[in-house]
Amino acid sequence: MIYETLLMNGYGLYVWSAFAFTILSFISLYVVVKAQYTKEKNKFIVKFGTLNPEKSAFAKSQSINREILSNTSNI
Amino acid sequence: MFKYFEPNKIFSITSKAPKYVLFLFVIILSIGLMESLIFSPEDYKQSHSVRIMYVHVPAAWISLGIFSVITFLSVVGYVFKIRNFFLISKSLAPSGLVFNIVALVTGSIWGKPTWGTWWAWDARITSMLILVLFYIMYLVAWRIYENNDKAFKITSIITILGIVNVPIIKYSVDWWNTLHQPASINIFAKSTIHISMLFPLLTMTAAFALFSLLIFLMKYNTELIKIKNKGLDRL
Repeated sequence: MIYETLLMNGYGLYVWSAFAFTILSFISLYVVVKAQYTKEKNKFIVKFGTLNPEKSAFAKSQSINREILSNTSNI
Repeated sequence: MFKYFEPNKIFSITSKAPKYVLFLFVIILSIGLMESLIFSPEDYKQSHSVRIMYVHVPAAWISLGIFSVITFLSVVGYVFKIRNFFLISKSLAPSGLVFNIVALVTGSIWGKPTWGTWWAWDARITSMLILVLFYIMYLVAWRIYENNDKAFKITSIITILGIVNVPIIKYSVDWWNTLHQPASINIFAKSTIHISMLFPLLTMTAAFALFSLLIFLMKYNTELIKIKNKGLDRL
């Protein structure tokens, strides 16, 4: 049963390589996009930390900035 | 109506959504993989090689769909000056490109046992290759011009030129003699594909659509944070 699933009448190499390529492409894209996201988020946090209290208060008045600092999910 | 698409309004949703989409994607993909690799029947002519269809066809559909959406948003965004539509388009493009490449590579792998060759300058394959080039041009244009008015104009022109290729891809199998068979699934007429193959195909399509949504959300959030970073520089 397992051998049949793997070999697929001699088409196994083609089928498994097509699926493997697809999954690897997905993982690569996910990792790249995730890395870009983390980089930008960290850059934002560092920049926010260097603001003086007045500018920081102003920046925090924007809801989107508060969202970035607080919740941006850990995907 | 367009004010509902403002980044400030939708960021609270887009920032929380990815983890739920990822969870759903993993579940649907697992079902799709089980169906397409184990439970679906082999084809009477192509035997098990038909299973490649379950990644090849959804990838092609989604890459075409994404390019169509990008074109629509770019044109509407350019006409009505809605910058957020460009941001959405830009965030959709990477997954569109990857799906297009997946469609070409898996098609090539499928071609070897079915047609006896890895590659042929067949009308559909060639037009899909042209679509990859349009995706690359689109992404390179964003890289070169970044977020300014020139980028909006140039990317819109690229999508308008590229969209001409989409109906060519769709109807190439009807207009020319190609190695590809005519469409087996038709929304307006009876499909010629059996339900036992249609189910895994639609499940994999749903999984791929969820993956493109996941990548879009992550990319869109990244672009928004990038804009906010520039905003902090100006403070």
